Amino acid sequence: MIDTTTKIASLKLRNPTILASGIMDEDAGSMKRIFDCGASAVVTKSIGLESRAGYPNPTFAELEHGILNAMGLPNPGINEFEGEIRKLKDSNVPMIGSIFGSNSHEFVELSKKMQNYGVDALELNMSCPHAKGYGLETGSDPKLVREITSKVKESTNIPVFVKLSSNLTDIVEIAKAAEDGNADGIVAINSVKAMKIDLELKMPVLANKTGGYSGMAIKPIGIRCVYEIAKNVDIPVIGVGGVTTGEDALEYIMAGASAVQIGSGVYYRGVDIFKKICREMECWMENHNYTRLSELIGVAHK
Amino acid sequence: MNSPQIAKITEAKTENKDVKTFMFEYPKKMIPGQFFMIWIPGVDEIPMSVSYIDKDVKGITFRKVGEATNALFDLGKGDKIGIRGPYGNGFKINGKQILFVGGGTGIAMLAPAVEEAGINNISLTIIIGVKNSSELFFEDRFKKCGAEIHISTDDGSKGYKGFATDLADELLSKEKFTSVLTCGPEIMMKSLLDLCKNIPFQASLERYMKCGVGICSQCCIGEGLRVCVEGPVFDGKTLRNIEDFGVYKRDATGRKIRF
Ligand SMILES: Cc1cc2nc3c(=O)[nH]c(=O)nc-3n(C[C@H](O)[C@H](O)[C@H](O)COP(=O)(O)OP(=O)(O)OC[C@H]3O[C@@H](n4cnc5c(N)ncnc54)[C@H](O)[C@@H]3O)c2cc1C
Ligand code: FES
Repeated sequence: MIDTTTKIASLKLRNPTILASGIMDEDAGSMKRIFDCGASAVVTKSIGLESRAGYPNPTFAELEHGILNAMGLPNPGINEFEGEIRKLKDSNVPMIGSIFGSNSHEFVELSKKMQNYGVDALELNMSCPHAKGYGLETGSDPKLVREITSKVKESTNIPVFVKLSSNLTDIVEIAKAAEDGNADGIVAINSVKAMKIDLELKMPVLANKTGGYSGMAIKPIGIRCVYEIAKNVDIPVIGVGGVTTGEDALEYIMAGASAVQIGSGVYYRGVDIFKKICREMECWMENHNYTRLSELIGVAHK
Repeated sequence: MNSPQIAKITEAKTENKDVKTFMFEYPKKMIPGQFFMIWIPGVDEIPMSVSYIDKDVKGITFRKVGEATNALFDLGKGDKIGIRGPYGNGFKINGKQILFVGGGTGIAMLAPAVEEAGINNISLTIIIGVKNSSELFFEDRFKKCGAEIHISTDDGSKGYKGFATDLADELLSKEKFTSVLTCGPEIMMKSLLDLCKNIPFQASLERYMKCGVGICSQCCIGEGLRVCVEGPVFDGKTLRNIEDFGVYKRDATGRKIRF
């Protein structure tokens, strides 16, 4: 028997594949479907205090080796989202509530509500590459990252993960700031700020002009970030960015991740990618005589 | 690749005061009921069903209802739009005798399905439901397919005075249809499903769309069914199990809006 269970802080997961925020997670039904497709936990769409329509379309474009998006943090607002979380809670799906705010007060208020509605952990989105006043603008200041994390920790009692961007001069510094603020885990990386210009129309394709690039193309960047973070902090790391196959997932795990999140992979391999990746990981482990996934976490650091 | 391909409008036709058809070169294979994401540069990108299917040329037929469709309406022959797709599943066209029920702009996307059924020698009956006779279009196109056409108007300005569903009720009790295909206001389609009982049923749904390729979950109904991938056409059995059908949709923020 191959054991692919994993643990991040107090969160015990049946396998290391988690649905990444922003993909198939705006409503309870979609998240339930993804859980039934094999994901061990789901991260909700990033939720703010007020409802937001996000940016106008085009918000999505496929590029040569990945996906570009600028959704602009659309969400119904935390109060309206309560119904979705409570509904999902009834189906026993492990849930990580993703939230975004522009200051620690907003993050604290959102965290308390999320905990109250029943999420199993929190993910603080401090890395959205394309939302003015949110995301990356908060997540690039170590003092702010530490302050927000510690205030959220003080006012909640579930695991708190901080999601970071690769669009930083020093990702390790920010990861350490989150650890200093008592984060229970680091999630890296969010999509990479990018642009696509249409030659015929001579203009950017996305309505917001810039967006976040995800998929295969960013995997090497994610691997590098996870490796550097894992080397420098003592809390668990969750790897995200271009995980499409079981081997991609294992690469993140060897770099030091305790679990991976899958987002654009759903586009490339369908909603049942979670099961497929688990099977591929098990296959690899069997062929290489490993029985427990935990034996592989961080092995590349030797 | 799922990125907008820029095409020139090769032909523009005004169907009535609010409805236009644009043709453009788009050589991909499509089936009736599938749709495009149409980019109106600098304005928006919106879902639009295919209304004409030829090998190299495709068409869309749309009503101006808001910012994006108004901007599209102002374009004409020679203007450029971005196109991606085809998306979605499309209709399954089979059986001996099909009843089509089109409400409002829904008539547009039914047209290629009617034509295909005609080519396959399926006997065709069409109900076109509109508020007022000035909103009618495609009547001649349906006549050419050899269809039996029934028109209902809310105000009685042409044909039957009343709802398309009342007319459908009458026809369903008189004739044995092997299936019912519909596109129109969701409340209408829901009443129609109730009338259809055991008759195989397919309805094309509309939901707010962003990615169009099944990742953003903006268009999801029931337990994560993506209208842009598993839809937009759903059968009666599936629709009977979806609590959202005919009850609510979601706006761009994800909030529920009751019909
Ligand atoms: C699969 C599908 C096929 C469609 N086919 C046709 C067609 O063949 N002909 C036609 O006239 N219309 C069609 N529509 C509807 C068309 O997309 C909307 O009329 C259009 O998006 C309105 O945009 P607007 O800015 O003009 O109006 P707005 O004032 O922005 O909105 C008017 C209505 O359109 C809806 N809408 C706006 N943006 C979107 C969006 N991105 N996705 C879905 N709905 C939106 C709004 O929710 C609202 O109900 C289709 C919709 C879908 C989902
Ligand atoms: S529009 Fe994004 S999932 Fe359907």
